[in-house]
Amino acid sequence: MVEIASDKPLTLAEKVWRDHVVVRGEDKDGQRSPDLLYIDLHLVHEVTSPQAFEGLRLAGRPVRRPDLTIATEDHNTPTLEIDKPIADPVSRIQVDTLRANCEEFGIRLHSLGDANQGIVHVVGPQLGLTQPGMTVVCGDSHTSTHGAFGSLAMGIGTSEVEHVLATQTLSLKPFKTMAVTVNGTLQPGVSSKDIILAVIAKIGTGGGQGYVLEYRGSAIEQLSMEARMTICNMSIEAGARAGMVGPDETTFEYVKGRPHAPTGEDWDTAVDYWRSLRTEDGAEFDAEVTIDADTLEPFVTWGTNPGQGVGLNESVPRPTDFDDPVDRESAERALQYMGLEPGTPMKDIRVDTVFLGSCTNSRLEDLRKAAEIIKGRQKDPQVRMIVVPGSAQVRLEAEAEGLDRVFKDFGAEWRFAGCSMCLGMNPDQLAPGERCASTSNRNFEGRQGKGGLTHLVSPVVAAATAIRGTLSAPSDVLQPEPTPA
Amino acid sequence: MEPIITHTGTGVPLKQSNVDTDQIIPAVFLKRITKTGFEDALFYAWRKNPDFVLNQEAYKNGTVLVAGPDFGTGSSREHAVWALKDYGFRVIISSRFADIFYGNSAKQGLLAAKVAQPDVELIWKELEKDPTTEITVNLESRTVRCGSVDTTFDIDNYTRWRLLEGLDDISLTLRQDEAIGAYESTRPGIKPKTLPAKV
Repeated sequence: MVEIASDKPLTLAEKVWRDHVVVRGEDKDGQRSPDLLYIDLHLVHEVTSPQAFEGLRLAGRPVRRPDLTIATEDHNTPTLEIDKPIADPVSRIQVDTLRANCEEFGIRLHSLGDANQGIVHVVGPQLGLTQPGMTVVCGDSHTSTHGAFGSLAMGIGTSEVEHVLATQTLSLKPFKTMAVTVNGTLQPGVSSKDIILAVIAKIGTGGGQGYVLEYRGSAIEQLSMEARMTICNMSIEAGARAGMVGPDETTFEYVKGRPHAPTGEDWDTAVDYWRSLRTEDGAEFDAEVTIDADTLEPFVTWGTNPGQGVGLNESVPRPTDFDDPVDRESAERALQYMGLEPGTPMKDIRVDTVFLGSCTNSRLEDLRKAAEIIKGRQKDPQVRMIVVPGSAQVRLEAEAEGLDRVFKDFGAEWRFAGCSMCLGMNPDQLAPGERCASTSNRNFEGRQGKGGLTHLVSPVVAAATAIRGTLSAPSDVLQPEPTPA
Repeated sequence: MEPIITHTGTGVPLKQSNVDTDQIIPAVFLKRITKTGFEDALFYAWRKNPDFVLNQEAYKNGTVLVAGPDFGTGSSREHAVWALKDYGFRVIISSRFADIFYGNSAKQGLLAAKVAQPDVELIWKELEKDPTTEITVNLESRTVRCGSVDTTFDIDNYTRWRLLEGLDDISLTLRQDEAIGAYESTRPGIKPKTLPAKV
């Protein structure tokens, strides 16, 4: 991706990159300095922005393009009693600071209580602000979500947030490209979350470092936009800066009619451009990985990084299964933290809590799929289940379909929108030693609360697990148990 | 930003891979709105364990953290870099850094030096043999010396130049104001705008 020659077939990532170069980097001593890229959309939230706004204020700089910037409150916000002031004074100050900064710098903000408040990566696509071929950034690593539209979308740090606020550009070193080809058809009960967990288990948490991943192949083409967002969302867990899917009819259909989608003639012009972005035949990737969708089974993590996962029908691995001494040591440590015995079937592991939510799996389709499994069934009485829609809008849409009733009848808690139990920043946290089947993205030590134990799963696995109380596949609850011969 | 040319200090062996930014600083400390004062939050959970390396008298005042592969994975929180700096670290050595962490370090003048894993292991041995062994990291010559270990590290030219000069990114980019304006004037009008708001 260092040289983008016009006569060579290009990948999607290279095309989007090419169309955003403001100033090309210089070649010197066989290396190229970063290109300066224009940023089409900057998403802002309360956690990674206060120090950036403070930097602007100290330097007397304005926000260059408030009209390409949008903010929402998500990480700190409670998911209960949202009409009351935020109880934690430190969280409240951070949210109030965002409100004051947005007011001062003229930035559109969707606050708690607003229909478009919610997780920043749910809100952008929902409003139609995320469209193919854009550059999208946010001070949040899961910005990779927006790559599902064929955008180049990246998480950035607070210094870069300030840089984008001030200049609407970002200095970016050229990336390498990796094709992640997923061919075949997913079996019932297997979902896009399982694809990405399998990809991460295959290439490792550092396998994507320096790369933009492009997910392609017949299995990806068959996926809905929301399923594609789940995959792109977790690209960062493979170490990649971004993940993308070539825009197609599914993409256009999803964008069409949304509040900020182009209309009339503009729509046709836009779609023509979007169609032109697909990776050309003969374009070369710097690396390639292949996954077979036909044989994929529901996946679950056993350890403390997202690469430590296995098929749900497998057992907790033994550290000696790993040849690499670093992996072996990491497995030992993870098993100790997770309190798991090697050789235990994953399906024998009991959980205390099931969390359905996060920027990975909190969209309407995720809620529908989980509701389909639990409808008319009983929750394991020992298990608590928390369902947190990704945005206030998703919550309203789910309620219009009666999904809230399904969850409530099942005995699950139906919450207001936010990041919730994905990270320990708001009241929704695991207690020490509490074990959770979670549809979120990170099983790091203490991620969901100090001492909490996380198993990453898909929404349908989460639902089946809430019914049986142990990690379970949808097939475990949909089919009668086979009787021993 | 203060330039770094060379740094000499004592090292802390952190013999773990995949040290994610949730371990470097848990999310609960991200609620603050300041950029400093994060030293107590660094490795908050691990520091509760008396055996953790930073709790060992011999390693308490280290300024060079020598970690296993894939350091700084996960969340984009720049607070991880602030906490490492506030604690007193000036250099992090690892064979592989997560991209966002690597970028964040460069912005804050924290040197992330990529040293091959076999050499990292040799440095660990030196530090365990004698915790007072000094490490010298020279950005000009891209070298690391620690006891009998004398090796090189990897860093791209641009990041190295910015660290050596202590340059602030925003002022550098604002020199390109004309080019940014020119790009904006050719940007297609059908690209979405957040304002006026449509809901």
